[in-house]
Amino acid sequence: MRAIPYLAAGGALIALTALAFAVGRYPVSLSEIFSLVTGQGVSPNVETVVMQVRGPRVLGALLVGAGLAAAGTAYQGMFRNPLVSPDILGVSTGAALGAVLGIFLSQEIFIIQLFAFAGGLAAVGLVYWIGSRLRGHDPLLALVLTGVVVGTLLGSAIALLKYLADPYNQLPAITYWLLGSLAAISPKDIGYSLPLVLVGLVPMLLLRWRMNLLALPDDEARALGVDTRRLRTLVVACATLMTASAVAISGIIGWVGLLIPHAARMLVGPDFGRLLPLAMLLGAAFLLAVDTLCRTIATIEVPPGVLTALIGTPFFLWLFALARRTW
Amino acid sequence: MSAGECVAQSAVVDASGREIRPPAKVERVYAAGPPASMLVFAIAPDKLTGWTRAMRPSEAQYLPERYAALPELGRLTGRGNTANVEVVLRAKTDLIADVGSTGPSLASLATQVQAQTRIPYALLDGRIESTPATLRALGKLMGNEAQAEKLAAWYERELADAKQRVSRAGEHPLVYYGRSPSGLQTGGKGSINVEALDFLGARNAAAEARAGLVTVSFEQVILWDPEVILTTDSNFWKSVWSDPRWRAVKAVAAKRVYLSPHLPFGWFDFPPGANRLLGVWWAGKLLYPKEFDLDLRAKVTEFHRLFYHQEPSAAQLDALLGEPGVLPK
Repeated sequence: MRAIPYLAAGGALIALTALAFAVGRYPVSLSEIFSLVTGQGVSPNVETVVMQVRGPRVLGALLVGAGLAAAGTAYQGMFRNPLVSPDILGVSTGAALGAVLGIFLSQEIFIIQLFAFAGGLAAVGLVYWIGSRLRGHDPLLALVLTGVVVGTLLGSAIALLKYLADPYNQLPAITYWLLGSLAAISPKDIGYSLPLVLVGLVPMLLLRWRMNLLALPDDEARALGVDTRRLRTLVVACATLMTASAVAISGIIGWVGLLIPHAARMLVGPDFGRLLPLAMLLGAAFLLAVDTLCRTIATIEVPPGVLTALIGTPFFLWLFALARRTW
Repeated sequence: MSAGECVAQSAVVDASGREIRPPAKVERVYAAGPPASMLVFAIAPDKLTGWTRAMRPSEAQYLPERYAALPELGRLTGRGNTANVEVVLRAKTDLIADVGSTGPSLASLATQVQAQTRIPYALLDGRIESTPATLRALGKLMGNEAQAEKLAAWYERELADAKQRVSRAGEHPLVYYGRSPSGLQTGGKGSINVEALDFLGARNAAAEARAGLVTVSFEQVILWDPEVILTTDSNFWKSVWSDPRWRAVKAVAAKRVYLSPHLPFGWFDFPPGANRLLGVWWAGKLLYPKEFDLDLRAKVTEFHRLFYHQEPSAAQLDALLGEPGVLPK
């Protein structure tokens, strides 16, 4: 019985992945995909579409969805707050500032991604450094408040760069980056960000039982033999690494990290060890479904952030209306 | 102040249908955006009060030094205001000129700024084909009819000549215009970004997309399979050759991906002003090489002399046209 949600989510994910490979603007038949998988020859265009364009994009959606959901799950547990999303400590805003700076300086895509990644890490590093120096407050509260104010500051820096950017060329590029998109994901992007997401994920999986103790007040956790300060630092570092490497290739895609942990918690309860794998499965499936819609429903791309918000808002309210103190 | 200066000229109706009454002597003109700066500068450079953004050294070398050094005054309309109305007043402006779209929101802004500053604010049409009419209207407003007429007549002749060449063209290759470092941003038929293409009667691969700037997917571009790709982004132009995803596109396999020159003002897309005649010639040569057998060096020199008041040196022409990707090898 306990396995049902995982099996259902896993099954849905596999079915969605198969569907995502089968649909797209470029017509590729199932038999062509089958030939490709079994190593028989297909036309070079079909091979390029599946191996270079659609495949990496599907993987990218799975990776970004799972990464954001995992980071959101960790943060919601740690901050004991259901409204927390992965960008609470400024990682997305920092990444956005990095990317906007890259576009402003007319850099190539890889450098823009690198700036975004570094910007995300630097923003959270700064927030954590300041927050941990604000003594005499609840450490979590200090962290969240620092995250909010530093996030606002970085937001102003973004606004300033947008203001100074060339209105015909750079400004549209900045706007599109801030909307988020998986349209340009290449095999190389997956090669860079997959290992980084895994590096962030492994400690969380290994420490999953201790993660539950983070929800306790510090003294109680300490009585159980857990150094909450160190554990918190580790969780922030891991969640930031995962989010920054996801956002660097996708731009900002909201709602996944906020919504998915809730949905998972409704299904299996608050135990982190049970929650994390399900949240990742659901996050991957959700973003894959959204991105598949984004790239198929029209000639032009639909920004995924718009769809996640359209689906996310009513779903979130519905979840809240249903929720019975599972917190 | 002599009595003559107070007498208003006869009114000119601008492209938004508003009646503009400039003072009898217009000495200083504030240009609200780059397309307007360019035309005011072309008609009477000494009347231009400043640029919307200070000229960078790479751009300044193509203009006479004293004009390149004009101050930065900010943009007044379009996407994002960077100008302060007080700056416009301080610049002792006799006339505000904006060239571009002339829709109701811009017309109401013009009316509002005019009421605030009591400076006549003319809104003129920035489309390529309207450029001769816009030059004449601006010349009348500025009191430089003769110079404006000379430019307008020349521009008209060049547009007619380009149209004539296009009409002789047999094959119209399928073109994709790729912007941004990824090359996945493009403009649908009728969007201001591909006006030069539409003028050339080119077959825009993204014609079915809505007018305006849009993002498309790789799959869509591969499906369109354009024969020629034009871009304004040098990062995209460089990466297109090594990226296996682009190799599936005919234009890349045939090495027909071209990068538009961008100095001192872009040739093809932005700023959306009179400068795009250069883009019409350039793209015309790339799409219909037989019909556009014109001498691009001579044409560019002529345009620079008339509109930028300085002929490019041989080295500058080499730099403009010899940059990798600008023309076929």
